[in-house]
Amino acid sequence: MKLRKFDTKIQHLKYKVLREVARCAWNGTLETEVLDIPERLVPGPKATMRCCIYKERAILSKRVKLAMGGDKKNSNVIEVISIACDECPMGGYEVSAACRGCLAHRCEDVCPKGAITFDEQQKAHIDKTKCVECGACAKVCPFSAITSHKRPCQNACKVKAISMDENKAALIHNEKCIACGACVYQCPFGAISDKSFILDAINLIKESDNNKKYKVYAVVAPTISSQFTYAKLGQVISGIKELGFHTVVEAALGADMVADAESRELYEKGFLTSSCCPGFVSYIEKNFPDLVPFISHNLSPMATIAEFIKRTDKDAKVVFIGPCTAKKAEVQKDAVAPYVDVALTFEELQALFDSRDMDITTLSESILDNASYFGRIFARCGGLAEAVAEALKEQGHEDFLLSPISCDGIEECRIALLKKSKNLLDANFIEGMACVGGCIGGAGCLTHGPKDKSQVDRYGKEAFEKTIQDAIRVTKNN
Amino acid sequence: MVVQVCIGSSCHLKGSYEIVKLLEAALKEHNLEDRVTLSGSFCMGKCNREGVTVGVDNEIFTGITPQGFADFFGTHILSKLR
Repeated sequence: MKLRKFDTKIQHLKYKVLREVARCAWNGTLETEVLDIPERLVPGPKATMRCCIYKERAILSKRVKLAMGGDKKNSNVIEVISIACDECPMGGYEVSAACRGCLAHRCEDVCPKGAITFDEQQKAHIDKTKCVECGACAKVCPFSAITSHKRPCQNACKVKAISMDENKAALIHNEKCIACGACVYQCPFGAISDKSFILDAINLIKESDNNKKYKVYAVVAPTISSQFTYAKLGQVISGIKELGFHTVVEAALGADMVADAESRELYEKGFLTSSCCPGFVSYIEKNFPDLVPFISHNLSPMATIAEFIKRTDKDAKVVFIGPCTAKKAEVQKDAVAPYVDVALTFEELQALFDSRDMDITTLSESILDNASYFGRIFARCGGLAEAVAEALKEQGHEDFLLSPISCDGIEECRIALLKKSKNLLDANFIEGMACVGGCIGGAGCLTHGPKDKSQVDRYGKEAFEKTIQDAIRVTKNN
Repeated sequence: MVVQVCIGSSCHLKGSYEIVKLLEAALKEHNLEDRVTLSGSFCMGKCNREGVTVGVDNEIFTGITPQGFADFFGTHILSKLR
């Protein structure tokens, strides 16, 4: 079996664009070649994706723009490519031809709004003026004849930030969007994409003059252990260095530092929500402003380790590489921008490797080992709470009764926050993860699979340092 | 004087922390804590098969082990401060 690099063909298409843009950027030929990229990727004469090669190329030119940073006037890092949007029907729940006109009429009985009527053949019809899209009818139909025709982007967007514009194309409401990237990953036409800052990373490396003018550090998220499964992790690290980075540092060491500081803050305050996940933090800010004071004051692991790197080397530049599109928004925040210069995804890292025609499976293995088990398992839901429990124990705060709730995905976050806002939450620590599964479910991952969690746990167990205190002791001199 | 101990992955596994502890103790013993700034550094680009890399101002020394520490400290730190 050939090991797959991506989950979908959309990711592959996006990757090809990123790769070509990066290739030109390394060669210094982007200005002269940028207009040729769509034709290079769609040589024709036959269309393979859309109605004609001209539309395919028009969409690709939009993708090229996104690969080069996207629309500067739009503050959101997630953007719609309107001409790529297939304007999917959005009829909501509908009765299909599979309705056999049965006599039981369970759908009618279960409908709380009386929205279901029957014609003379006993076939069901949904009155759209009454239907509230609860889906109860679909669940009880013995023939599965009632199906939801919600747009995949809207279905993916659990924060309800997507509607449609006057031309029926998807429209993102920036005031609601948390940049989690769920729509980017789910749109079957690739009509929503995260902006790429791959050119900023390439420029940082090129301008550093082989790390002589200043050093460029790569900070990698622990989720990397579930990615690039076709190669060994040590080879991926070597590959990152081959690209021209001075060295690679584990964001998980930042996670150890966060676990230590966050548990102290929790001990002091008695209630806290995590601050690691930028999607979760943004969700609280936008929907539960009264709960903002409860957000941990710690920077995220990414920003924490980047701040530390810049303390050891004041001229350092830091590029974060992870599974997350929301990190691209986080690095623009005033509190984080001084520490992290660019945020990339694993998709973009793959494009960078291939833009230099590197086969990382042929490289020797580098070592990446600073963090503890607990810092590394931040990559999956539940890990953060486990680390905070460990940190409290290591600090001798066993008198503090930790009662955490680990929210797996933004919907669970919403429920916990709603309960907290009404003082009904039976927990004193909310671990919020916008993506289902935690970071391993991130939209910037190359692949998602059932083994991701166990791979993260295994990587955690391989850590040289066994406790959080052991991992962070070297950071205390700066 | 600035002394930077490499805490990059490769050195970390070879005992960065032991060297940091030894440095702290030696600086204390010789009352040099005010004259030497001790800090960490992620990789000085001199990864060695043995021991830890330590930077003393602009000079870089590789392969520092607990066994060779006293020698290193005497020659490259203590003597320069006297």
